[in-house]
Amino acid sequence: MISGRCAACKYLRRRCPSDCIFSPYFSPSDPRRFACVHRIYGASNVGKMLQQLPPHLRAQAADTLCFEAQCRMQDPVYGCVGLISQLHEEIHMAESQLAKIQAEITFLNCTAPEAQGLQIIEANSNLNSLLPEQITTVGLYPQ
Amino acid sequence: MKGHEPRSSSSCAACKLLKRRCTSKCIFAPYFCSDEPMKFAKVHKVFGASNVSKILTGVPEEQREDAVNSLAYEAEARLRDPVYGCIGAIASLQRRMVELQRDLAIARACLARYAATSSSSLISSSFSSSSLIWDDHVIMAPFPDVPACNGLSNSFNLDSSGLSQYGPVNDFGHGPYVL
Repeated sequence: MISGRCAACKYLRRRCPSDCIFSPYFSPSDPRRFACVHRIYGASNVGKMLQQLPPHLRAQAADTLCFEAQCRMQDPVYGCVGLISQLHEEIHMAESQLAKIQAEITFLNCTAPEAQGLQIIEANSNLNSLLPEQITTVGLYPQ
Repeated sequence: MKGHEPRSSSSCAACKLLKRRCTSKCIFAPYFCSDEPMKFAKVHKVFGASNVSKILTGVPEEQREDAVNSLAYEAEARLRDPVYGCIGAIASLQRRMVELQRDLAIARACLARYAATSSSSLISSSFSSSSLIWDDHVIMAPFPDVPACNGLSNSFNLDSSGLSQYGPVNDFGHGPYVL
């Protein structure tokens, strides 16, 4: 029935069969979602990719394809790969900063008077093992 | 007489796969050499030659090589993980970023606490006041937020099973290439 067509079949101007591979994931209420995916991957490729997956994984696949397609439309040169490169850079910076601070802690640990009784965290210890109440936060935890 | 474009001396990987004549104006030829047939094969399988051509046409010529490389990277990721593609790698990196932000916050807090406790004590002359840790900006400044993909793992319900293709940044431990 024409009134029940999914976004894909509306876009492709065809009848939407009851077993349409697209209809569970491309609602007619959001036509841009399929338009974006179609523009980058093509309906045929998207259909094949979804068809090759077990049904319980298709929704996730459709969502990730949409996300990547949107990234590619926003940045035709790098797409979502730009995000990956940016994250690598930021991780590298964070690791360098952390190493620097841990080196400082190690230095303080070596020079701090034991009489102060202050528990200094050793640089090589696993910071993740600290309980939150063991340290004084300064509101820096990510939200 | 029909007009014919001059034929290139050897077909590029794209034209070989598509079984067509490779002309001197072939948009694929500079980026898909005949000695790398799999590169185009993967890109074609995921995006389709027609879509790749449109994407490249819409990009300035000096940026086309980067575009091709990023398309190849995405295609490779999608073929390895048909469900999550590159998103798996992004979510994994984002989780790593959150861990690092937490570790940095803990480390900075430790230093701040030490500074507060020992501020009335004599400080060793060997400890330079120009040390990075005494820079309030470094101690107190929060790490910049990861843009555009906060909570990606939550958005896609990614758990460890979804990342089985990548592991904790292992397969993408190095960036795809320098932008």
